[in-house]
Amino acid sequence: MNMFSKDTAANAAIAGKAERISVKDLKFFYGKHLALKGINLPLYDRQVTAFIGPSGCGKSTLLRVLNRMYDLYPGQHAEGQVMFDGKNILDRDLDLNLLRSRVGMVFQKPTPFPMTIYENIAFGIRLYEKLPKSELDGRVESALKKSALWPEVKDKLNANGMSLSGGQQQRLCIARTVAIQPEVILFDEPCSALDPISTAKIEELIDELKSDFTIAIVTHNMQQAARTSQYTAFMYLGELVEFGLTPDIFTKPKDKRTQDYITGRFG
Amino acid sequence: MAVLTKDMARYGSRKRSSMIAMGLCFSATTVGLTMLTIILGTLVVKGAGGLSLAVFTQNTPAPGNDGGLWNAIYGSLLMTTIGVCIGTPIGILAGTYLAEYGRHTRLAGIVRFINDILLSAPSIVTGLFIYTIMVKPMGHFSAIAGAIALAVIVIPIVVRTTENMLLLVPNQLREAASAMGMPRALVIRQVAYKAAWTGILTGVLLAIARVSGETAPLLFTALNNQFFSSNMNAPMANLPAVIFQFALSPYADWQKLAWAGALLITVAVLTLSILARWLGSRS
Repeated sequence: MNMFSKDTAANAAIAGKAERISVKDLKFFYGKHLALKGINLPLYDRQVTAFIGPSGCGKSTLLRVLNRMYDLYPGQHAEGQVMFDGKNILDRDLDLNLLRSRVGMVFQKPTPFPMTIYENIAFGIRLYEKLPKSELDGRVESALKKSALWPEVKDKLNANGMSLSGGQQQRLCIARTVAIQPEVILFDEPCSALDPISTAKIEELIDELKSDFTIAIVTHNMQQAARTSQYTAFMYLGELVEFGLTPDIFTKPKDKRTQDYITGRFG
Repeated sequence: MAVLTKDMARYGSRKRSSMIAMGLCFSATTVGLTMLTIILGTLVVKGAGGLSLAVFTQNTPAPGNDGGLWNAIYGSLLMTTIGVCIGTPIGILAGTYLAEYGRHTRLAGIVRFINDILLSAPSIVTGLFIYTIMVKPMGHFSAIAGAIALAVIVIPIVVRTTENMLLLVPNQLREAASAMGMPRALVIRQVAYKAAWTGILTGVLLAIARVSGETAPLLFTALNNQFFSSNMNAPMANLPAVIFQFALSPYADWQKLAWAGALLITVAVLTLSILARWLGSRS
C-alpha cells in the first residue's frame, strides 16, 4: 500500500491554485436514501473553502466523505470519484488510516482524549513516526504554537485535556490534527459550541493555517464563511447549487436559491 | 385569594390520595430497612462472638475441638481469584465485541440476548452444568471445577458492565480518534478503554462480590474439605459450603464458626460494594 505514502505527496509541490481534491459526480447514500445527488467540486490547494446551506442539505455528509468518516457506519456508501493525489479515495482497497493521516478533521464538539494535554498531541505523532523524546517535545510545542494554545498551556502540559475550557479544548483538537502534518484539514462546524471570543480565535487560526494546509469548513454562520473562506459552495437538498469565489457568492450570487439563503429569506 | 378557595373538595381528595401513597411508600421502606437491620444486627452480634485469631489461623475442627476457618477462607480466596482471573478477560473481550466491533451485527444481538439469560440463570444451574461437564468425566470433585463454575457466573456480569460502560463513551471520541488515522484496535485500547476503565473495574468488583457468596455452584463442584488443601485437582474447603454444613449441625461450636464465616463474607462483599461505588462516583 505505497500509493498513499506521505513523502510523494509532500514532494508534489503544486503551483498556484491547483486542485488539491477534486470531487466528481459524487453520490452518497444513507441506506437507500440519496443524500448527495452528484456533486462536482474542487478544493484548491492552500485555500479555505466553505460549505454553506440549510440543515440537512448534505454539507456535513460531503465533508465526511473526504476522509471516509462514513466508513465507521454500516449502511452508508458513496459512488463517484473523489480524486486526491491522483487516486480515487472512494476505492475499496484504500488504506483508510493513511488517508486520515493526510486528511485531518476537527469536529463540532471539542473531543480531547481522556489523557494529558501533551499525550493528546504526542499520541497522534507516535502513530506514524518514531521520534526521540526531545524531538517529540519539539513537535508538541510547535503544534501547540501553531494552534495559538502554547502560552496558555505551556506550564501544565501534564494536566488532563478535559480540564481545559471549551475554546481551549477545540484549539487542542486543532493542534492534535496539525501535529500529524496532514495536507488537508476538514472543519465540521468547529465554532458552533463556542463563545464569540473563542470563535474569533479559531477563525484567526484558520486564516493562519491556510498557508500550510488546504482547508474545508462547514458552517451555519454565513458571516463566518464570508470572513474565513476564499471559496464558498452553497448546497441545498443534496445538490451543489453554486460554487465560486466567496465575495462573488455573497455579493452577486447567480442562483436565486443562493440569494434567498444568504439574505436570510430561508434556512 | 379567590383562586385558593376554588373547588376545595377536589383539591382535598387529591391531597388525601397523595398522603396515602406517601404513607404506603414510607411503611414499605420502613419494613425493608427494619428487616435488613435485624439481619445485619444478628449477623454482627453472633458473628463477632465467634471471631478470634484462631478463625484465621486454624483449620475447620471436628465437633468439640478448637479450630478456625483458615482452610475455608484460603479455598474461597483461591477459587474466587482463579474464577475471576478466567472470567474477567473473557467478559471484557466479549463486552468489547458487543459494544465496538459487533455493535450493529445480528450476532451481537444474539450474544447479548443469551448473555442476559446467563446473567439471570440460577447459580445452581451453573453448578449442575459444571458438574456434568467436569466433575463427572473426571470422576471426582475438584477445586478447579469450582473455580470454573465461578468463572461462568463472572462472565455475564463483566460482559454486561463492559458493554454498558463502552456504550457510554461518546461516539465523537471514536470518530475523533479514527479521524487521526488511528486503527480500530488502538481507538478501543487507547481511547475507549481509557474513558471507560473505572466503570469496567466497578463491574469486575461487583462480580467478585457476587461470586464470593455463591454456595450452590461450589456444592456441585469443589464440594468441601475438612482439611487444608491447595490441590486444585481435589475437593477444597470454602466459606459458603462450610457455613452451610456447620450452620445445619447440632454442635454449638460449629454454629458459632458458621456465624463468624457469614460475617466475614458479608464484610468482604460490603467492602467490595463500597469500593465499587466509590470508583463509580469518581468517574
